[in-house]
Amino acid sequence: MNEVGEFVTAPNGTARVLIQKQLLRTSDLYATFKAKQFISDDSSSALLDVMATKYRTKYNFIEGFTKLHIFVVTLRCDHSCNYCQVSRQTADKVSYDMSLETAARSVELMMKSPARYLTLEFQGGESLLAFDVIRYVVTLAKKRAEALHKELDIVVCTNLANVTDDMLLYMRDENIVVSTSLDGPAFIHNANRPRPGNNSYELTITNIERARNILGASRVAALMTTTQLSLQHPTEIIDEYVRQGFHSIFLRPISPYGFAVKTKGKTGYQFDAFLDFYRTGLAHIIEINRKGYDLAESYSKILLTKILTPYGTGHVNLQSPDGAGINVLVYNYDGDVYATDESRMLAEMGDHTFRLGNVSTHAHKDIFTGEPFLNLLSAACNQSLAGCSDCAFQTYCGSDSVFNYTTQGDVYGHRPTSDFCRRNMEIIKHLFKLISSQDRELMRIFLAWIQNTGLREISERAPS
Amino acid sequence: MRLTTAGTPSGFRKPVVGIVSREPLQMSGRADRILVAERIPDDASGLSGYSGILTTSKLERQISSVPTISSVRDIDHLRTSDIIAMEPRDGFIRTLYRPDSDHNVIFTTERCNSNCLMCSQPPQDSDDADALTERNLNLIRLIDKPPTRLVITGGEPTLLGERLFTIIAALRDKFPETYVHMLTNGRIFAWPSFTTRLAEIKHPNFMLGIPLYSDDSTIHDYVVQAKGAFDQTVLGLQQAARYGLRIEVRVVLHAITIPRLPQLAEYIYRNLTFTEHVALMGLENIGYAPRNMGELWIDPHDYQDQLESAVEVLSTRMMNVSIYNHQLCVLRKPLWKFARKSISDWKNIYIEECQSCGVREQCGGFFQWATKLHSEHIRPLPPAPDHQLPCS
Repeated sequence: MNEVGEFVTAPNGTARVLIQKQLLRTSDLYATFKAKQFISDDSSSALLDVMATKYRTKYNFIEGFTKLHIFVVTLRCDHSCNYCQVSRQTADKVSYDMSLETAARSVELMMKSPARYLTLEFQGGESLLAFDVIRYVVTLAKKRAEALHKELDIVVCTNLANVTDDMLLYMRDENIVVSTSLDGPAFIHNANRPRPGNNSYELTITNIERARNILGASRVAALMTTTQLSLQHPTEIIDEYVRQGFHSIFLRPISPYGFAVKTKGKTGYQFDAFLDFYRTGLAHIIEINRKGYDLAESYSKILLTKILTPYGTGHVNLQSPDGAGINVLVYNYDGDVYATDESRMLAEMGDHTFRLGNVSTHAHKDIFTGEPFLNLLSAACNQSLAGCSDCAFQTYCGSDSVFNYTTQGDVYGHRPTSDFCRRNMEIIKHLFKLISSQDRELMRIFLAWIQNTGLREISERAPS
Repeated sequence: MRLTTAGTPSGFRKPVVGIVSREPLQMSGRADRILVAERIPDDASGLSGYSGILTTSKLERQISSVPTISSVRDIDHLRTSDIIAMEPRDGFIRTLYRPDSDHNVIFTTERCNSNCLMCSQPPQDSDDADALTERNLNLIRLIDKPPTRLVITGGEPTLLGERLFTIIAALRDKFPETYVHMLTNGRIFAWPSFTTRLAEIKHPNFMLGIPLYSDDSTIHDYVVQAKGAFDQTVLGLQQAARYGLRIEVRVVLHAITIPRLPQLAEYIYRNLTFTEHVALMGLENIGYAPRNMGELWIDPHDYQDQLESAVEVLSTRMMNVSIYNHQLCVLRKPLWKFARKSISDWKNIYIEECQSCGVREQCGGFFQWATKLHSEHIRPLPPAPDHQLPCS
């Protein structure tokens, strides 16, 4: 692999032959290395300008700086999920809801971002418990965005348990996307996501249907969280997503924050178990696609985009520079500004390292020149991290300072013992194994994922 | 189909461009018209006012002051409204434009800065740019109804420099709706000064067709017989796209370009993602090609694997790809839907084996010069269901 994302599959020992300049100039492999800009010689300049364009394309996701703005409108929630880091079971609106004044200041700060395309995402707690705050922020943000000629996408993350038709009609009219939680079939979902009545699954399914009827199927997405219990049941979880008509599933590793760490006995799991879960799951997903149902796996999709296309992707936890602050900011209910969702969860555990400021005391420039952000930034580029800078997968991988800090004590981290490193190494290797299997249909499935289309559409375009 | 003829010139020193009329015209309608007839009126007044006269008759003496070519070998192909050029030096008569054809070209120069092994129109070192530019501006002036499409070709059109911009601006002003495709080796676009000038013309319906023969610079430079050409062309392609010019990449398929064709497809996707269309083109057996055939020839039947992989790479990555100049009987069925009837009407033929073929109507056929050399696998096919046939 090289820095513009090109890769070559070559026999063992090729690297040594290449470095010793013993690769035959007339060989096919030599031409391939030259064409993919691994080497240059006197018969061709390095075409540096072409490489520069490719490099720029790969890192285009940085353009505009912070694009995702997460508003934590309340910490209150009706669920008490094992893995949740932040929620509160309380009726106390004053202490745990975002005040309108804080909301207004947060919108102003968000609008200071140079990005032309902004995403406004509401989280909680259960965000819909503070629906009045959501309405207030939406109205204000739309007005400000229009005045500043910015484009706004809006997402509400909600468990849908308390959603009403009025709320859904509002979201339809305001062109808002719903993102909900679905952890798998009832026995997994309800075990992961306890609530009074133990009926989270039933409520979720019923309300996904209601939301689809009002918003349209493409405006309702679901995300699943992996737990110890989930690890035993990859196929059941995936089948549930198919049964519910979703066309994308994210096999997410559990985050090492909040209650997830505190209750390690319950949700903590062995690293290898996750990899097994991922591999088994991915194989099952591929089979489902082969049988004619389009289902993309989001983690693979991010990596495959980097591997198979000239483009990069700006997924917060899998990009370099690290997306913390650069790609995402979190505005907490109390006005505190965090670098990532994970940073505020860490804060809930008493560690405020990644609190970048507060909307009532910090201007945009204070946040991005302050110590906490500079600390993050110092380890944001995997191009300059020991163990990453000379790694073959550097271009495809990312860096995650908050993860490093949480698991290893400092933002820089230690690659040989890093779970982030191991997980991505294993997954990328696995994807390369699949890519080099010379399976035409599998390649078409991957290409369908990364181009947001279906296998059928791809096959209709292709030789047949 | 015939596009040239010749006779004995008289009465003119500068080339004449005019519109054919097969019938005598009233005096008031004779401007820019060239009367084409077997026999012509023998009084000078019957001829005055025309821009030119063509006749098959032999003239003993010059009959008027009107530019005339007599004893013309063949005029049957010349039809009213065709636009033709008459040459004073050798009595050459060239058809420049046929209103009913979709294959009209603006021929800019015979010069080229490359020298491709399979060039169908080998370059000549003649200082023809000024004369041809004048002829082309005249041609554009004389075209009446907006053509659907025009091809600017050569030689290498970009060698015209400023004169090329004048031609493209004239087309933009007179026929903004006409799609203009310019065939160029793209090398000059490596220089931003040229590229920006072309882009500034802002022709609303303009595309560049630029050949790239390999992802390996050594192979490309060898095919075009010019060292450094690959770098210039690739840089030029990116530069042109950067300034908003639309791009088609053209690949001629022969024994030198075939082995790395799938890699070239991948290269185009990775480096030239902006390409709107990729044309994979069968070899024309004319120009330099016959004399280099030993090195170039590969039976299309024998490169279907490479062709299919290249098409797979491009089409599954949402790039538009077409196969030109191939007969359906040598193309693998999965590739049929990419085949286009691409050969210009005037040089398009079918051979004897095609007589009883069931898909002849959908097949692009041959270049007329393919009679001497074509695939050994040409054979009549049974009719095929619609969904398998190329979309025309």
